Parts: sequence; C-alpha cells; structure tokens
Amino acid sequence: MTDFQILWFVLIAVLFAGFFFLEGFDFGIGMALKGVAKTEHEEDALIASIGPHWDGNEVWLITAGGAMFAAMPFWYASLFSGFYLILFAILLGLIYRGVSFEFREQMKTAKYRNLWTTISAVTSFFVPFLFGVLFADVVQGMPLDKAGDMSATFFDYFNVFSIIGGVAVALLSYVHGLNYLRLKVETGVLHDRVQTQIKVLYPVLLVGEVAFAAGLFLFTDFFAKKPLITVAFLAVIVLLTVIAWLTGLKRRNVWSFITLGLAIIAVVLLLFTGLFPRVIVGDVPSMSLLLKNATSSAYTLKWMTIISLTALPIVLAYQIWSFYIFRQRIVVKK
Amino acid sequence: MDLTMGLSILDLARVQFAMTTVFHFFFVPLSIGLGLVVAIMETMYVIKKDEQYKRMTKFWGKIFLLSFAVGVVTGIVQEFQFGMNWSRYSRYVGDIFGPALAVEALVAFFMESTFLGLWMFGWERFNKGLHLAFIWITTIGSAFSSLWILAANSFMQNPIGFKVDHKFDRAVLVDFPALLQNHQLWLEFPHVIFGTFLAGSFVVMGVSAWSLLRKPTHELDFFKKSIKIAAIVALVGTAGIGLTGDRHSLYLQDDQPMKFAATEGLDKNVGGKNESAPWSVVAYTNPKTHEVEWSLDVPYVLSILAHHSLVGGSQGWTEINKELHEKYDLKFGKDMNYYLPNNTIYYAFRIMAMSAGAFGLLSVVALWAVRKKSKLDITKYKWALWIFGLAMYLPFVAITAGWLVTELGRAPWVVYGVLTIADAVSPNVSFASLLTSNILYFLTFAVLGGLMVMLSRRVMIAGPDSEERVAEELVDPFSAKAFEAGKEA
Repeated sequence: MTDFQILWFVLIAVLFAGFFFLEGFDFGIGMALKGVAKTEHEEDALIASIGPHWDGNEVWLITAGGAMFAAMPFWYASLFSGFYLILFAILLGLIYRGVSFEFREQMKTAKYRNLWTTISAVTSFFVPFLFGVLFADVVQGMPLDKAGDMSATFFDYFNVFSIIGGVAVALLSYVHGLNYLRLKVETGVLHDRVQTQIKVLYPVLLVGEVAFAAGLFLFTDFFAKKPLITVAFLAVIVLLTVIAWLTGLKRRNVWSFITLGLAIIAVVLLLFTGLFPRVIVGDVPSMSLLLKNATSSAYTLKWMTIISLTALPIVLAYQIWSFYIFRQRIVVKK
Repeated sequence: MDLTMGLSILDLARVQFAMTTVFHFFFVPLSIGLGLVVAIMETMYVIKKDEQYKRMTKFWGKIFLLSFAVGVVTGIVQEFQFGMNWSRYSRYVGDIFGPALAVEALVAFFMESTFLGLWMFGWERFNKGLHLAFIWITTIGSAFSSLWILAANSFMQNPIGFKVDHKFDRAVLVDFPALLQNHQLWLEFPHVIFGTFLAGSFVVMGVSAWSLLRKPTHELDFFKKSIKIAAIVALVGTAGIGLTGDRHSLYLQDDQPMKFAATEGLDKNVGGKNESAPWSVVAYTNPKTHEVEWSLDVPYVLSILAHHSLVGGSQGWTEINKELHEKYDLKFGKDMNYYLPNNTIYYAFRIMAMSAGAFGLLSVVALWAVRKKSKLDITKYKWALWIFGLAMYLPFVAITAGWLVTELGRAPWVVYGVLTIADAVSPNVSFASLLTSNILYFLTFAVLGGLMVMLSRRVMIAGPDSEERVAEELVDPFSAKAFEAGKEA
C-alpha cells in the first residue's frame, strides 16, 4: 500500500463522517416533522432551520461518492453495483426528500402540504436507515467473486446486524436533529417538547450503542483483528453520548450538540478503521476487496490530492461562513 | 444473457441511462440559463435602482429555484448510476472519468449549493452588491459544473491522455491537463452553454407570453422588460450555438466519421476534391440494408456545411464501416456492428438544426416587438403569444435531440475506440432489479416533471407580487451568551 492510497482511504472516511455529521441533523429534522412538530407553523420552523443548508450538506455525500469513483474505482464499482437496490432506494429517498421542502412550500391546501411533510419525514428516516444497513453489511462480509462483483441475496443485505446498524444510524440522526433544533428554536412549546423527547431518547440511544457493539463482536471481525482500537472507539462513542446527555440536561445545548455530533463521527471512523485494509469484507476472508487493489493509479491519486487539499479548505471556509450568516434562531409563527 | 420480452440487461441499462440523463438534462440547462437571466435582472436592479427589476429577479428566481431543486436531486442519480449500472465501465475508466466527476463536486457543486442558499435566504441580510455576487457565483458555479461533466463526456467521445494498465485491465490517466485540453471539450462546452441561454430565455419569454394571454393588461411593463432581457440572451445564444455547432461539424468528420455520415444520411461517398456534394432535407434509410431509399437533395449545401466551400466530398457509411473493421477487428473482433441507428440520428440532427433557425427568428421578432420605440401593442397578437408560449418547450426538444446525436452516434463504444457499451454494463445487476428501477424512475420523473410544470404555472398565475411564508428572529445560538446561558439555568 502506498501513502496516497491510505490518505484517500482516510479522506473518504472524513467525507462520509462530514456527511453523517451535517446531513445527519437534516435527516433528524426531517423525521422530527412527524416526531415533534404538531402544527404547520412548527413544521415551517423546522424546515426553515435547515433551509439554507441541507443542499450544501448533501454535497458531502456527492463529494464522497465522487471521491470514491475517482480515487477507488474498484471499490466504487463493486459497492454501487453490489448494493444496487439499496442505493436505488436511497436515491429515490433523496430525490423525494430533496424536492419535498420546495414542493411542500408551494402546495395550496393543508392536505397536500401534509402529504409532502409526510414524504419528507419518511424519506428522512429511510435514507440514514439504509445507509446504516449498507455500512453494516460492508463490514460484516458480503459474497464477492474474483472480479469484485457481488452476488448477494436478501438476507445478505438485511440481517440482524445490518438492521441494528440501520436503526442505530437513524436514531443517532434523529437525536442529532433534535439537538440541532433545540439550538435553533429558543423557547416555547416546541422547544419544551424537544427537550422532553431528548431526555427520553438518550437512554434508548445508549442501549442502541451497546447493541451495536454486541453486533460488532458477534458478526464482524473487529474485536478479533483490532480489539484495542475497537474497544477504545466504542468507549469514546458511549462517553461522548453520555456527555451529550448530561450537558443537555444542564442546558448547555451547544456542547450537547457538538459532543453527539462527535459521537457520530466516531462511529464512522470506527467502521472505516475496522474495515482497513479492506474496502469491502468478503464472506470468505480471502475474497475481501483490498484497498491496495481498489485505487486509481498513483498519478491520478497525486492530482486528486493536490486538487482536494486546495479546494477542501476553501469549501469548508465558505460553508462555515454560510452557517455563521444564518446562525439566528427560528421563531415559530403564531 | 437473460432475455425477457426481447430485452436484455444491456437494453434496460441503456434505456435507464437515457431516461435519467435526458430528464436531468432538462433542468441543468434551464437552471444555468435562468440563473443567467435572473443574474442579469438583478444586475439591472443594482445599476438602475429600479424596483421593477427586483420584482423580476424575485419572480423568475422562483422558477429558477424550482428547476435547480429538481436538477440537484436528479444529479445525484447521475453520479451513482455509473457504479450501479456500469460497474465494468467504472473500473475500466474510473481512473480518468472519476476525477472529472469528483472535481466537479468539489470545486463547482459545493459552490453552487452554498451560494444559492445564501442568495435564496439572504435578501434582507446582505447589501445589494454582495447579494448580486451570490447569484453570479451560483450561475458561474453551475457553468463550471458543466465544464467538468463535459470534460468527462469529451473523454468518452475523444479519448486522449491515457494508457492501458494491463495489470488491472484498465485505462489510466497519464496527462491530467489533457482532460481540459481535449478539443472535443472546447467544441462541446460552448455549444452546451449557449444552449442553456436558449433554455432559460425561451422559458422566460414563454411564461411571459402565457401571462399576457391570461391577463393582457396586467403587469405589461413587467413582462415586456422580461421579454427584452430574455430576447437579447436568446439572440446571443442562437448566434453561439450556430457558430459552435458549425465548428463541431468540421471536427466530427475526422473524429467520428460514422456519426457525421449518420447526421447527413450518407450511405455512399458524395462529392470530391473538385466536386460539390448535395445535402438532403429529408431522407429514409432502410435499417436492414443500410441503404438510403429516398431523399430530397439540395445541391452544393453539404460542401458548404462540411468544407465551407462549393466543392468537397464526404464519406458514406458503407466505406466507413469497412475502414472501422480494418482498424478495429484485431481488437474487438469481426462481429462488431458499426452501423448506427441512422434514421434516428439523421432526424434528431435535423430537429436540432431547424430549431436553431426558429430560435433566431423568434428572438429577433421578440426583440423588435418590445424595443423602446415600438408602438406595437403585443397583447393584441394572441396568435404570436401562443407561438412564444409553445416555443418555450422547443429548446428542450433541441437539446435532447443534440444529445441523442452525440451519444447514439458514439455506438458501439462507450469510450470511442476503447471500450464497447456491451463491455461496460454491470454483470451482477439482475433483470428484475433493472426493470424495477426503470419503472420507478419513470414514475418518479413523471411525478417530478408534472409537478414542476404545475408549480411553475402556479408561480406564473400568482404573479410577481405573491408573498412567501417564513419568519425568523435574530438571536445567535452560538454566541458567547448562549454558552453562558446554560450555566445559569
């Protein structure tokens, strides 16, 4: 393996971590449209809180996908064709979710507005859920042939561990979204309702994290191959969640939001760490797709590195600036 | 290969690619073109300080935002479907094609999305100049996006700057700048950009025409000003597509002679060094014998088009077919079929070219009708407004026709002379999966397209003065005060 190959593995992990951190709370807000909001004005406020950002946040996924295609075409090809129907469902979810905000705004009757609100909420659940399923499958092991083509059946995709993974990612996104909402909506009944839900959800989330850890132990080789790192990551994830919980109780909402966001990032990094040096685990260990065989040529990686390391800081700068500009809280119309 | 209803996995994958890409590419040119028109309107507002231009910016901005939203969500499909449906393609040229796509996301798409958000929600927050800058950055960003996407497409049309890596059985990049230096890119990119001018401007003129048909006296000044800006953009666009299209034809004869022969319906060689070649207005090719059965010819015109001279010949596909077999049989075998769907390409090309004529004519008429000194009451010419109302769909027909020529004309290759379409498809995606995704994509696009038209119509009916619904208050959750607040509680 070359340094460039490892660098790009790390970069793709970072892009996915960025995606789940940023779009995670967008998904959470989407779910909260049905989970928290009770009036149309509350729904408006929820959507307004992510209005200027969700599109930019989603670009992290597009960039992660593009980076994968560019830097690891063999990974991209095997993963995307292998998870065809799951990714197709994710795409449909992203399509309907993406237009739902705009279309909802344009609907004239409460009935149709509610239809698009529902579409928004349902797709906001299914997309992170299916991503959770996909990543759980990738670390658990999938049937690959010599060319790297996957020929899997229903239970290869949906099994105990992948469902745990899916639920965990969706739940994390939901709580992350509520944390974001608590920041953006300062006071009032909506704020209080969010606060009540968050209090209940943290214990559930911790149970979910333990279940996920147990799943890693039972269904993957994480504990066998990298016991120390795995245990350390899991401890950090649980610790961050507990801190998020406690700071939330003390109404230090900014800290609560940040620490749970870091927990999400830690989950992504744990999965990528356990995956390394493979990019898709094979159901037969010798058939795993390896990083060293999955990347583009050294020449392309070099160019991609130069361009990315130049562009990413600029992108980050103007995205942060945009968040700063729209930092104001949203007020629910009466 | 799995055969059902006479369709193969390859057929379904191709139909799906055509469907998702054509649909996506309704909204790309519309967004870039409308972005430009809206940016010009806001520029006029900032310079002239005339509120009317601000109202125009906001009104057309709404349709722009709808189009952008659908363009974004259908764009994600584009990036994913190479891996999903064309995994062998992705492995073979990922080293070259992937970077173009990734750079597009990294340097262009982030920019568009973020600055569009700032523009959309920033009317009250920024001074006029900065707010204006956002729409220009968004529009330039989306044009920049198309540059990289077309760089990827240009590689498929005219692959340069690569070598074959036998260890991994793939093509690898040896010259990154060549991706942008490809002459194909500099034929395609300006042609596409000028096409976006037409999509945006004809929608503005069309919606204005429909509005004036509904309420002839209402907002006349508003729509006349809109038509004027759009007509100027359209005129520039028409001149642009004409010039770039002509240049493209000149190169095409050498780069992809089969495609050129198909666009002109040439089965046999015509003309020569000192001999003129006729051009056919209509023709029919028998798809089985590959012979042109009948055609209506105009003398000299092909020589003028292809050589900018009264004399000069062009090759027919019978001879090109022989040459391609000589050139490629060692690599791809004797069984390759180099003939193209000639009638489709021939008529797609004519639809595109004749639309260009219509664009020019209509934009001159529009500009003349709304010029300052004109005393013409355009609301009285209902039939003309109808024509403009319908003409807003024409750019999309022309653009689709153009892409059909470009993409179908590259067959049997996905990367010209390097990789065949049949060798590009994912081997492990089942017929059932593909059929499911085809049907659901189709239904989804029908819903999105229908809603898009319906909502644009609603924006139009609501008129320039409709209000939006969202309120905010100014409190900073990340301020030092917010961090302190928790401690007190």
